[in-house]
Amino acid sequence: MRHILSLLVENEVGALSRISGLFSARAFNIESLTVAPTEDPTVSRMTIVTSGSDEIIEQINKHLNKLVDVIKVVDLNDSPHIERELMLVKVTAKDADREELMRMSNIFRGRVIDVSDKTYIIEMTGNGDKLDAFLRSLDKQLIQETVRTGISGIARGDQAIRI
Amino acid sequence: MIVSKAGEILRGAEIFVRALQDEGVKHVFGYPGGAVLHIYDELYQQTAVEHILVRHEQGATHAADGYARATGRPGVVLVTSGPGMTNAVTGIATAYLDSIPLVVFSGQVPTPLIGNDAFQEVDAIGISRPCVKHNFLIKQVSELASTIKKAFYVALSGRPGPVLVDIPKDVTADSCEYVYPRTVDMRSYRPTVKGHPGQIKRAVKLILSARQPMIYSGGGVILAEASEELVRFTRQLDYPITNTLMGLGAYPGSDRQFIGMLGMHGTYEANMAMHHCDVLIAIGARFDDRVTGDLGKFCPHARIIHIDVDPASISKNVPVDIPIVGDVKHVLQDMLRLLDKNKRSPDSKALAGWWQQINQWRSINCLHYDRNTEVIKPQYVIETLYELTGGDAYVTSDVGQHQMWAAQYYKFDKPRRWINSGGLGTMGFGLPAAMGVKMAFPDETVVCISGEASLVMCIQELSTCLQYNTPVLIVSLNNRYMGMVRQWQEFFYDKRYSHSYMDALPDFTRLAESFGHVGMRIDKTADVKAALKAALAIKDRVVLMDVITDRHENVYPMIAAGKGQHEMHLAPSAAVRELA
Repeated sequence: MRHILSLLVENEVGALSRISGLFSARAFNIESLTVAPTEDPTVSRMTIVTSGSDEIIEQINKHLNKLVDVIKVVDLNDSPHIERELMLVKVTAKDADREELMRMSNIFRGRVIDVSDKTYIIEMTGNGDKLDAFLRSLDKQLIQETVRTGISGIARGDQAIRI
Repeated sequence: MIVSKAGEILRGAEIFVRALQDEGVKHVFGYPGGAVLHIYDELYQQTAVEHILVRHEQGATHAADGYARATGRPGVVLVTSGPGMTNAVTGIATAYLDSIPLVVFSGQVPTPLIGNDAFQEVDAIGISRPCVKHNFLIKQVSELASTIKKAFYVALSGRPGPVLVDIPKDVTADSCEYVYPRTVDMRSYRPTVKGHPGQIKRAVKLILSARQPMIYSGGGVILAEASEELVRFTRQLDYPITNTLMGLGAYPGSDRQFIGMLGMHGTYEANMAMHHCDVLIAIGARFDDRVTGDLGKFCPHARIIHIDVDPASISKNVPVDIPIVGDVKHVLQDMLRLLDKNKRSPDSKALAGWWQQINQWRSINCLHYDRNTEVIKPQYVIETLYELTGGDAYVTSDVGQHQMWAAQYYKFDKPRRWINSGGLGTMGFGLPAAMGVKMAFPDETVVCISGEASLVMCIQELSTCLQYNTPVLIVSLNNRYMGMVRQWQEFFYDKRYSHSYMDALPDFTRLAESFGHVGMRIDKTADVKAALKAALAIKDRVVLMDVITDRHENVYPMIAAGKGQHEMHLAPSAAVRELA
């Protein structure tokens, strides 16, 4: 089963390689990993999307907690949560396609953030399924490149992951 | 909170040495090189920390490791950048797999050169990452003292392990105020010490309800200094106990309730009792594959209690019913308090029946071997050594058949006396480890049980032994084969002995003598006892005994990889008696 793990990590050199190294060394799956410093610059927040049986997820959780740089690990699957991913798509936009692409982008609540005479860059956020659906709805020939950030997750309501 | 005088401005290299002094470090095992020359210059100008110059950095890590295993204090290593650091990796991994506290300092090229493929540069942090508990790269001299403090704290606390500190050369030349912190608080690292009281209560209830109980204890008991508690716990309940390879000595090996080591080369009675028990009490053990065999057949009737300081060890290989995360010593103390208060006691009738069954398994005498041969049986050498040392020596070993025989035939009555590479299985460990033990305990008898293949892997340390006068006894069981490899080839590869023999062995007697030590060669059973006696009587020289043993002897019992614990091969003679 797919799980979203939220981590607070010391913002130290090597912390990221320790975590990614753990996943490869122990043959755990990793679907996506996002990381950036929080409002406290000494702490980074990481969202890892992984999958496995309950036993495997338990092991992943324990091994992450065991890393000396990891301050906290929370499995967002344990409670209602929100996940979002940012995607940027560069598409070929010429002639009639320009209008059509704009329409599709609006339907998916995307925004065109860069325009040239032959291209658009469309920015879109949502969960992974929505972004997949948008890409499926486009003519494949028109897609020049896509960049996705991977999932960022946060628990709903008044639950907060703090030190 | 300052140990040293406040306001002192020191160079990085001085800070390094002062920090070791303030940490109470007495011995550092190391080898100099370009990146650590400032540090070596400081070491030269003081006497509080003794530096032991090894002959290869692998030797330094094993020696520090042996020192740590024997004393419980962290072993300290100092190596230079590049090849100095990479040579240390095997020893670091050895310590990691057995949870041994080491602090390894590696020199690094100056910070402006990092990443430039400079002379003797390697990514020490990257290389060591998968085999250390934690590592640190020092970026400026102001971090040096506090990082050294953290390194010792992390290495020794919780589940211990090796910590590497990588120190660029310019950091050792820069200066700052020296402050050695007295305490450490790391928000991201707070190991659990006390076990959960509710879980402990449930565990005690289950323990008392057992009809066929089994205690399975490992190296964690030794690391937690919990032998005394384990002995009280076991004696109070009158339950049978087995130890893992790493746990030998935590419970007296000569005691009636001890039914031998378990696992691949464990005793028949220990493995059978594991297979048939109804409650398994795992204490500071990690359900290693050499212990469990086929997981699908492991302890099929048992409800399992697992006490371990490392939550990641719990339910990793075998799902457990009652996990208790905590320091083994604290948890056992809490359990003993509950047992004392509890009015219930184990079902004595069921227990008597269980002991009767165990004694029946025991009567097979699975460690029997032929004593009437002229050619020396390796088991006899270990038994005789046990007898002559009263079971009181510090015994290190290398890896292979001799290691298993040492574990089977030397009955360790005290913790920290049996020192071997259990997890990583590192050949070459024994001699430098023995040297490290002798450094810590110069007045104790230290014996390295080895084989001719393992011994040559770190033979260069004979030179260190001479320089620092560490008179250890090396008993090399020389069967002219890599015995354990040969045994597997005999059993599983139709006797195709591919590259498992040694065709050009040195004359070990003369080899020992050329290093300035005493060499002996023994090739008859009748001579073994007198020779061992003579060797043990030499207290001021290293003695290397080259004992020519039966080439074809195998280690029994044996559970083939992937088999269940009840599916043991017994020695041919024992198997016949079992059928009879």
